[in-house]
Amino acid sequence: MTTLLALFWRDLRRAWGSGALWLPVLFFLLVATAFPFAVGPDAPLLRRAGGGMVWVAALLAALLPIDRLVRPDRDAGVLDQLAVRGIADEVIATVKIIAHAIAFGLPLMIALLPAAALLAQDAARVDVLAVGIAIAIPALASLAVLSAALTAGLKGGNAIGGLLVLPLAVPLLIFGAGMLDPSGRGAMKLLAATSLLLTMIGPFAAGAAMRGLRE
Amino acid sequence: MSELLRLDNVACIRGDRLLFENLSLALNPGAALWLRGPNGAGKSSLIRLAAGLLHAAAGTVERRGRSALIDEASALDPELPLRRALDFWARVDTVDGHAVDRAMAAMALAPLSDVPVAMLSTGQRKRAAMVRVIASGAPIWLLDEPANGMDDAAQARLVMAIAAHRANGGAVLLASHFALGGDDLAELDMGATA
Repeated sequence: MTTLLALFWRDLRRAWGSGALWLPVLFFLLVATAFPFAVGPDAPLLRRAGGGMVWVAALLAALLPIDRLVRPDRDAGVLDQLAVRGIADEVIATVKIIAHAIAFGLPLMIALLPAAALLAQDAARVDVLAVGIAIAIPALASLAVLSAALTAGLKGGNAIGGLLVLPLAVPLLIFGAGMLDPSGRGAMKLLAATSLLLTMIGPFAAGAAMRGLRE
Repeated sequence: MSELLRLDNVACIRGDRLLFENLSLALNPGAALWLRGPNGAGKSSLIRLAAGLLHAAAGTVERRGRSALIDEASALDPELPLRRALDFWARVDTVDGHAVDRAMAAMALAPLSDVPVAMLSTGQRKRAAMVRVIASGAPIWLLDEPANGMDDAAQARLVMAIAAHRANGGAVLLASHFALGGDDLAELDMGATA
């Protein structure tokens, strides 16, 4: 347990060290700021499209740091050292997913308020967005660590990483944005089910990918 | 088995190349084996095989007890002061700070505690990796070129640390392309088996 806590705090410290805490947040707000300029100041249109834009921005914010999640640990020999100690790759992946979920999830939830304001979302829609994104954060973190593990051995893997998990992230976007639609009644349950599934797959798939890095 | 580490008829294939086959070795408590041979003979692969990081294409690898590894990567966070970077591994190994204190004294690194790892020289980083190995308390030491970049004084400390570990009933598998001293080292010439 001490071991896992040490791993967790190290991941969190590295994620938030040297101002990196604000990076996904800034990126998230950047998209929210740029979008109204791109589509024009038409409030009803912004309100309708803005919710979906928040979801896209949240997905990209989760994927933003994937080149920092696994590759540095692999290059520095940290993953090898942990493997020598008999710590299963799935356990390391789980710790990384939890740490990433907190490292980007907490600031993202805070940034959601100004972003929603910029995109003309009213209070009721902000609530729905907050609940939906909170449900999706474990899955987004899981996908980010998975793609980081899959691309850690590739040159320029960062660009491929996003493409790799896009098909898996699409259901999150559909059900998440679907929650904003008044007729989308079951969307939240489907989002929760999708999020649970992706969160469960992540540790095993990422663990297998990390094991493959050693061969 | 009473051996701490035992390899039976192992073979190792990297890429399409057979590095070695039918290689057997056993390390009892207190034993040390020096793997020697030219570059590319498979010394590092044998160490990684013994550590469980590579799978043997044939044969079996058995370890009794934990092992500690040095390879070319230091696995210390470059942005952290040396002491904090080592403390992370002490927590992973669930050993207390005194073990790190003693190991740092053994490798004469105590004065560099507050220096960021990124500022350390190659030899100092190897010494830091050695501190991690000593502090871990693992009975099996797997050292791949531990003396690279070390000056004479540091090498002498390394030899002393290895002797102390063997006296405590530990075993050492050492890959090095030059002799490290210590008179009663068993040798395995990898050039001969390849």
